[in-house]
Amino acid sequence: MIQAALATGLVGLSAWAVATFPRSVVVFLLFQGSLLFVYLARIPRWLRTALLALALLVLMPVLGHFNGYYLEIATQVGIFVALALGLNIVVGLAGLLDLGYVAFFAVGAYSWAIFGSPHANIMFGGGFPLAPGWFYAFLLVGLLLGAGTGVLLGLPVLRLRGDYLAIVTLGFGEVIRVLANNLDKPVNITNGPKGITPISRPPVPFDVPYAEAFYFLVLLIVVVVVLVNRRLEDSHVGRAWEAIREDELAAQAMGVPLVRSKLLAFGCGASFAGIMGVVFSAKQVFINPESFTFLESIGVLAMVILGGMGSIPGAVVGATVVTVLNLQVLKGFSLWLNELKNAGVVVLGYNLADLPTQLEPAKYERMIFGAILVLMMIFRPQGILPVRRRARELGTP
Amino acid sequence: MDLPLLVGIFPQVFLDGLILGFMYALIALGYTMVYGVLEFINFAHSEIFIVGAFVGVEILLGMRAAGWLEALPWPLVLLLILVAGMAGAGLLAVSVERIAYRPLRGAPRLIPLISAIGVSFFLQDLIRLVESIWRNAFNLVYPTMDALNHRFELTETIDVSVKSLVVIAAALAMLWALHALVNRTKIGTAIRAVAEDQAAASLMGIDVNRIISLTFLIGGAMGGAAGVLFGVQYGLINPYSGFIPGLKAFTAAVLGGIGNIPGAMIGGVVLGLLEAFAASYLSLLTGGAFGAEYKDIFAFSVLILILIFRPKGLLGEIVRERA
Repeated sequence: MIQAALATGLVGLSAWAVATFPRSVVVFLLFQGSLLFVYLARIPRWLRTALLALALLVLMPVLGHFNGYYLEIATQVGIFVALALGLNIVVGLAGLLDLGYVAFFAVGAYSWAIFGSPHANIMFGGGFPLAPGWFYAFLLVGLLLGAGTGVLLGLPVLRLRGDYLAIVTLGFGEVIRVLANNLDKPVNITNGPKGITPISRPPVPFDVPYAEAFYFLVLLIVVVVVLVNRRLEDSHVGRAWEAIREDELAAQAMGVPLVRSKLLAFGCGASFAGIMGVVFSAKQVFINPESFTFLESIGVLAMVILGGMGSIPGAVVGATVVTVLNLQVLKGFSLWLNELKNAGVVVLGYNLADLPTQLEPAKYERMIFGAILVLMMIFRPQGILPVRRRARELGTP
Repeated sequence: MDLPLLVGIFPQVFLDGLILGFMYALIALGYTMVYGVLEFINFAHSEIFIVGAFVGVEILLGMRAAGWLEALPWPLVLLLILVAGMAGAGLLAVSVERIAYRPLRGAPRLIPLISAIGVSFFLQDLIRLVESIWRNAFNLVYPTMDALNHRFELTETIDVSVKSLVVIAAALAMLWALHALVNRTKIGTAIRAVAEDQAAASLMGIDVNRIISLTFLIGGAMGGAAGVLFGVQYGLINPYSGFIPGLKAFTAAVLGGIGNIPGAMIGGVVLGLLEAFAASYLSLLTGGAFGAEYKDIFAFSVLILILIFRPKGLLGEIVRERA
């Protein structure tokens, strides 16, 4: 009862605080923290659902009016939550370390980028971009393309041992990036490093502004992905994946079809990335190969590891924490440092104006990802919100 | 197609490939030795390699600032930065093992690998942080030494610089030294024993942890030497430029049969040659449709194909899969 009041109060208070101080990073972090509290608190199920729905469906878009950047962050978080959930199937459930996951995201993104912009005219003569309404059809195309690429990659490599598989998927991710960078000749498919623009945005009902529209679209997809993930986890396929992860030989002896299950994991994981790729390209209006580097793959991996391999709430929390760290905390710190520098503040006898100009804290996302991976592996390999079975396996040293 | 041109550039391409190949071979040794002993891919080895290059450039820049670079004979300078690069990279490798890998020994296979990936990323930005504070720049250029840049013109189309010869000579010397160390000394026997069976080795009175540290030291030092040679040969380095050569060196190690020291050398040279030929001939053979930018794809395709069709590599794998 106390917790219920506390949860409701926290959400309301922090939302009010964000509306009052729309520029404060700390306050927005508090708002996110209150949502986590709602999830973890011992409160009736209906209240939890109601509070989360209220926060995500009403409060977040309203807060977006006070500070539009927050809505952008929320949308980005949503995109990465879907990616993390997809990778979670491959890494967390099936135990296959995929280091080239962003390749599937790229495939989806380029599918809509090419046909949703005038770029396709170069290959097919005329008639492009497709009407914006096609965007919704391309969500399906992205899903199928992602799944297809996943299966295609999976077919040859699934016989490999775990660590080799990791390196091969890494190589595959790099191959996709090099292709995206260089397939502007002999036939211009990707327009090389210059990227593709302008990419059509989908038509929106009721003239909702694009920022809100994309937020709700991403939210809808995330909800669907979470539901699919939960159903998969408890299905016979999910059980098969976990059996493979724990012991391949034993699983095979029990009649689990190894190759088919692994392919299914690759395909399922990749399909989420494919859909989100389509959304991403429409949201950004411009894409180039820079958005699909190895760094992104590792970022998504860090989200899954942080939350806990195989854990759905873990993937959601991990994706949120890492994205917010990147987009808000690092950048906020960078801006803050710059302000201090310009003001010539002196700390412990050292004038901050003398700080090296090349020192940009916003650029250190690799350090964050790296530190997350190492620290989690050493101190808490089961993640911050572990599933029970993983906690038993990895928790006690 | 211009046949005389294709034939004409052949020796030059071969030479370039050879240099690249020896570089890969030196880096690949680090991967292969660690894999031989721990069955673990030391993903951070590419950063250990580039740390060697940074130690080298820092010493060179310091010496230039002090005016020693012109005063001292170049072989001495080169020897100095090689030793320093080896020491720096070797010690870093040992500390990385101590901090990030040893606590995870015995954990499921993917756990230390993920930790190693983390170390790799962390080190990249750590180098950047240190150099940004220290020099306010992290793209560094190796100071040139005139004697090293002298080129011998063998024919009209082929020339070879002193530094290329130095790179090849240094790489060969180090490969020979390592081979001798592993095969003819007591320490080498201990390393091979630990690779064969850790439990049995420890029963024979070998300090397994010490040997593992030593393996990282030697592998790291080889990587550091490769880093210094890389800087001397190609000039420009940044904290991220170790990653791709590292990945290719790993490919070389797999190509030769991972865990197999002569295999790493052969794999490195083969991959270097393949890449040099792909880079020069792909554009000529396809009429400019596909150019040198596909050489990376070429290397990765080799990796994927080898792993799929002959995972033992050219010379076969020494280590067996754990049951």
